[in-house]
Amino acid sequence: MNAAAAAAPVKEFDLSQSGNLRALNRWLHRELPVECAPRVRVVNPDGAHSIAAGVDGAVEIDVLGHAGYYVAGMNKQARVTVHGNAGTGAAENMMSGLVRIKGFASNSAGASAHGGCLVIEGDASLRCGISLKGGDIVVGGSAGSFTAFMAQAGRILICGDAGEALGDSLYEAVIYVRGKVASLGADARFEPMTESDLAAVRELLAIAGFDHDPASFRRVASARGLYHWNADANQEY
Amino acid sequence: MSTELHVSAEESASFDRATIEYIQRASATGLYEIRGLGAKRKLPHFDDLLLLGASLSRYPLEGYREKCNTRTVLGTRYATKPVVLDIPITIAGMSFGALSANVKEALGRAATAVGTSTTTGDGGMTSEERNSSKTLVYQCLPSRYGFNPDDVRRADAIEIVIGQGAKPGGGGMLLGQKVNPRVAKMRTLPAGVDQRSASRHPDWTGPDDLAIKIRELREITDWEKPIYVKVGATRVPHDVKLAVHSGADVVVVDGMQGGTAATQLTFIEHVGIPTLAAVRQAADALEELNMTGKVQLIVSGGIRSGADVAKALALGADAVSIGQGVLFSLGCNSSTYVQKGQHIDASADYATLGTRPGFCHHCHTGRCPVGVTTQDAALEQRLEVETGAKRVRNYLKTLAMELTTLARACGKQDVHHMEREDLVALTVEAAAMARVPLAGTEWIPGQSSP
Repeated sequence: MNAAAAAAPVKEFDLSQSGNLRALNRWLHRELPVECAPRVRVVNPDGAHSIAAGVDGAVEIDVLGHAGYYVAGMNKQARVTVHGNAGTGAAENMMSGLVRIKGFASNSAGASAHGGCLVIEGDASLRCGISLKGGDIVVGGSAGSFTAFMAQAGRILICGDAGEALGDSLYEAVIYVRGKVASLGADARFEPMTESDLAAVRELLAIAGFDHDPASFRRVASARGLYHWNADANQEY
Repeated sequence: MSTELHVSAEESASFDRATIEYIQRASATGLYEIRGLGAKRKLPHFDDLLLLGASLSRYPLEGYREKCNTRTVLGTRYATKPVVLDIPITIAGMSFGALSANVKEALGRAATAVGTSTTTGDGGMTSEERNSSKTLVYQCLPSRYGFNPDDVRRADAIEIVIGQGAKPGGGGMLLGQKVNPRVAKMRTLPAGVDQRSASRHPDWTGPDDLAIKIRELREITDWEKPIYVKVGATRVPHDVKLAVHSGADVVVVDGMQGGTAATQLTFIEHVGIPTLAAVRQAADALEELNMTGKVQLIVSGGIRSGADVAKALALGADAVSIGQGVLFSLGCNSSTYVQKGQHIDASADYATLGTRPGFCHHCHTGRCPVGVTTQDAALEQRLEVETGAKRVRNYLKTLAMELTTLARACGKQDVHHMEREDLVALTVEAAAMARVPLAGTEWIPGQSSP
């Protein structure tokens, strides 16, 4: 957080009060100032779903606790930090902005995200980055099975291990993984790291604030063998 | 004594010519057949029901003088801005990709002209479609191709697609020849790939999750827009009840006659149940939950005429949705297409595809002879927006006129007053599925003795 952001006024929503989730989202959608927006603090989230969903504005949002499903869903521009764990579909369909989960993220984190960056400081569960369409995802810990399933575009960086079927049915998204890979999915393959891959890893690590050697990551991408019908691969798709 | 050789004409019922052709085709290619449109097999349908007009026991309305209301409101359960339509006949979801941009614009203009809605599809929302449609339903599909919050807010309703009648349990399909650069960009795919959409949503699993997903979409739209849930007709009572429990404003049930741009033949003909069977099960499910009138029911899959609409409404639907019907209205399977008022013969193009008008289901090839289901720059010009819009407008107007004619004959001032008592069945099967009496009897199979 820069000094200006830290000095900005704060608007607080206490989700332990009935109706405040709707009030929070409505305020973010309709009353958020275009310029000099206050920082938003969400207290007592207690696993509420859809916190800060559908935001379209340059605003800093801190969720002080655990979030439920779809925190920062369909986010545009906003910088959302969850100071806890996040439920299913964190930052799903994000278009831009930065979402940071300080703890763990449940299933389908960053699903179908078109842009922006999702940083998960802990582990990510199943199907992280499923159907990814252009966003970036950085997982500080390990990622579960079927990470990047049918991911179409974008980058996923996994600093720990990856579960089964990594990159199954990938299109043009690229995965960088530092630890062990339980298995690759259909049509996914390891490829040599190029200079541009190293630069990409370096960039993603810098965004996330993680300190690893870019050369310790391996690249996984699509072999593009499933892009067209193939009668001899009938169990592959 | 005749010298002619005797030729056996005894065709096997199990291995008829079509079956032999299927086996030999599979043997030659090692691939299943993919095609467009819906089930072609004979199925119990609305033709197997008849309406009982008024007589001494019912009082008819004057067909040409007395009003019969067709206004239809969808999404009254939670949405603060329900969809209000002039007629209960909507245009079903069909993708840009499956259809050309011209077609999507023509459908939007036609729907707007008659006061109804049209629907996006598995490819996102085009500007042509949004700008031409007064009321546009935005589909949220498993693929999420092109799905974005700006279009969510520009939409008038959101339709979460669980499945469709042509392929319940299957994902979308768009073969490479239709994935041109614009389609590819909207779907974030490489141009020319054989695109296979997911069959499951990426960020939720099961009805409990769906309830949370619906609430997310409500939060994003500030609870303004109706949320539809569309299912392919299979286990209809369970699916309708689960959709209601998940918080849907509107449930769309698509029977197996529903169309597709491209799907495996075996899927089209062998999965799902007929629309006739589905509509009654869906209506009963809403009744059991005491949700009739609170959650609206839209039925689709093989709706063709005003009579079909009237029968669907009588069985409990609040509205119908039409896909293939409007494609035929645009000129699908016509021998000609219209350019500047002139009819131009397209027979040769059908022949190139190995078919002829009336039999074509080659939407998957992208070589539509009349410019409806294509992304080819030259072919798509064969469907002129103005011409297409006028034809679809006329078709929808005709259906609405037929519907009100039948409703008046049954003594109804409002098409939504059509009821099951207005119906009898022509076949035992239809009587059992629709749970209305076999014509000339009081017998409802399974409910009363013959």
